[in-house]
Amino acid sequence: MTVVLETRGLEKRFDAVVAARDINAEIFESEVLGIIGSNGAGKTTFVNMVTGYLQPSSGQILYRGRDITGMETRDITRLGICRSFQIPQLFLELTALDNVLIALSVARERRPVLFRPVVTREIVDEALELLAKFRIEHVAHQEVTALPQGVRKLIDIAMATVANPDLLFLDEPTSGVSAEEKMDMMEVLISALQSTNTAVLFIEHDMEIIERFSPRVMAFYEGTILADGPTADVLRNEKVREFVVGQEFHRNGTAATMKGTA
Amino acid sequence: MNNLDRTELGFIAALPLLIACGLLLPQWIVNYIHVSLGTGLVALGVMVQMRAGLVSFGQGLYFCIGGYAAGLAGRLWGLSDFFLLIALGIAAGLVVSFLLGFLLRRYRRIFYAMLSLAVSMILFGLLSSSEELGSTDGFNLPATSYLGWLPGQSVSGDVLYVATCIPTVICAILLHRFLRSPMGYVGEALRENEIRIEYLGMSARKAVHIIYVIAAVVSSIGGVLWAMALGHIDPEMTNWVTSAQFVFIAILSGIGNVAAPLFGTLLLEFIRVYAVEIAPDSWHIIVGSVMLLIIVFLPRGLWSLVSSNNGLKNKFTHRVKAASEPEGARS
Repeated sequence: MTVVLETRGLEKRFDAVVAARDINAEIFESEVLGIIGSNGAGKTTFVNMVTGYLQPSSGQILYRGRDITGMETRDITRLGICRSFQIPQLFLELTALDNVLIALSVARERRPVLFRPVVTREIVDEALELLAKFRIEHVAHQEVTALPQGVRKLIDIAMATVANPDLLFLDEPTSGVSAEEKMDMMEVLISALQSTNTAVLFIEHDMEIIERFSPRVMAFYEGTILADGPTADVLRNEKVREFVVGQEFHRNGTAATMKGTA
Repeated sequence: MNNLDRTELGFIAALPLLIACGLLLPQWIVNYIHVSLGTGLVALGVMVQMRAGLVSFGQGLYFCIGGYAAGLAGRLWGLSDFFLLIALGIAAGLVVSFLLGFLLRRYRRIFYAMLSLAVSMILFGLLSSSEELGSTDGFNLPATSYLGWLPGQSVSGDVLYVATCIPTVICAILLHRFLRSPMGYVGEALRENEIRIEYLGMSARKAVHIIYVIAAVVSSIGGVLWAMALGHIDPEMTNWVTSAQFVFIAILSGIGNVAAPLFGTLLLEFIRVYAVEIAPDSWHIIVGSVMLLIIVFLPRGLWSLVSSNNGLKNKFTHRVKAASEPEGARS
């Protein structure tokens, strides 16, 4: 399998605080990879660095062998590394469809287009198709402010996929979504994304979702990767059990249940 | 330039109407319409920026730059050609805004507003203190000629009016096009969420820069047209009072459609005329009250009374529905 992204000795400090250190990771083409870790473990910092939102203090980020450390977010996006957000970053006063239209039109045009109308039959069809892929086409004409969090999350993710990225980071796609809806939402999401050959990384706190959807998992603890490997192995790892997962995580488990700590 | 939409067709239809007004209505009204076309374009410049969430309190800068570009060309080189002066105004606005844009694009909200104001007041200071340029009195422009033709005294006013209507309508149509274009959409997006814009692969600062330059150019054209209409320019064009008036118009009329600021400018002219007539010493109270009432009762401006889809909110959706309707039943 081809390596899409590799990080070498990635580190981020905010003065005396080390948010991430010694992160060495490899991500392969079209794989699904879960990232776990308690709050403050460095998961989002990792995503922020790889997408150019934060400059690493040291270390290297290689995209298909090319060094992209220190590049701007927008240029990294153009290369094919996209992300969704823990808190959806949408244009709230516009409709779901308009949000997707903006995303599509920006992705489509490399240079600014000033005097040609955006809205054509083709692009609207395409936007509706994309919404349909995430099964939210029924809200197309509703303003985002009026939509529930779960739907907003899906719009946010749909917008991140407009350029058919090589690599997609989903920052807690199910946070803020009720426990009953989580599984269905992930089902929709993963099936929509697997129809492309995008590699998907998702940050998740719900271990059942991790077990079900990601064959491989990376566990973060105190800014670094504690374990990385097949999900079953990582979840059995003693350190991971002690620092990240807790004793029993299944919903119908007997001992201390960890119900989707968000 | 295919698929004209309703607004664009409206403008094309309005052009002969506007010209007819100029020839049929009483002269004093025509004079107000004529100067409103120039200032209306500056208000349009303010509106384009407002659509992107940027409020310029110094749009008078480009109004003045346009006016002085035309005036100085007359004063220094004896130029009076309508088309040449407009071209000079565009060039001056373009160069200055392109350079200043590198500074302005780094700021938002009140900082953008204050910085644009500061720059405009610097020009005001420079012009007011420069003896060669007539100081605070300004100076006169020669009568406008058209590709070598200088119309006689009796018709020159009418000719200039007609000549002014055409570029105004063209600017309005082009700006409307711009607001419908991918960059126009990015403007809307800019108002709402810059992080997302960056993550879509577009530089938010570059987008601000482009919008700033477009607003500047259209304002400069307005300045040239206004200067030719009045035949006189002075530093008041870039005073903050003038700039504030353009913001006033954009709020009064709303930013839902490019036609709004053009009507709004004319409306403000008339409100002021009658306010002065009713209360010569305290007309500001009337104008201020109008503003107050608009903000309280019509936060989206007067245009929200006209528009069927109530302002900005459903603007795209409305158009999108229209675009996808003919295909009929899509779930």
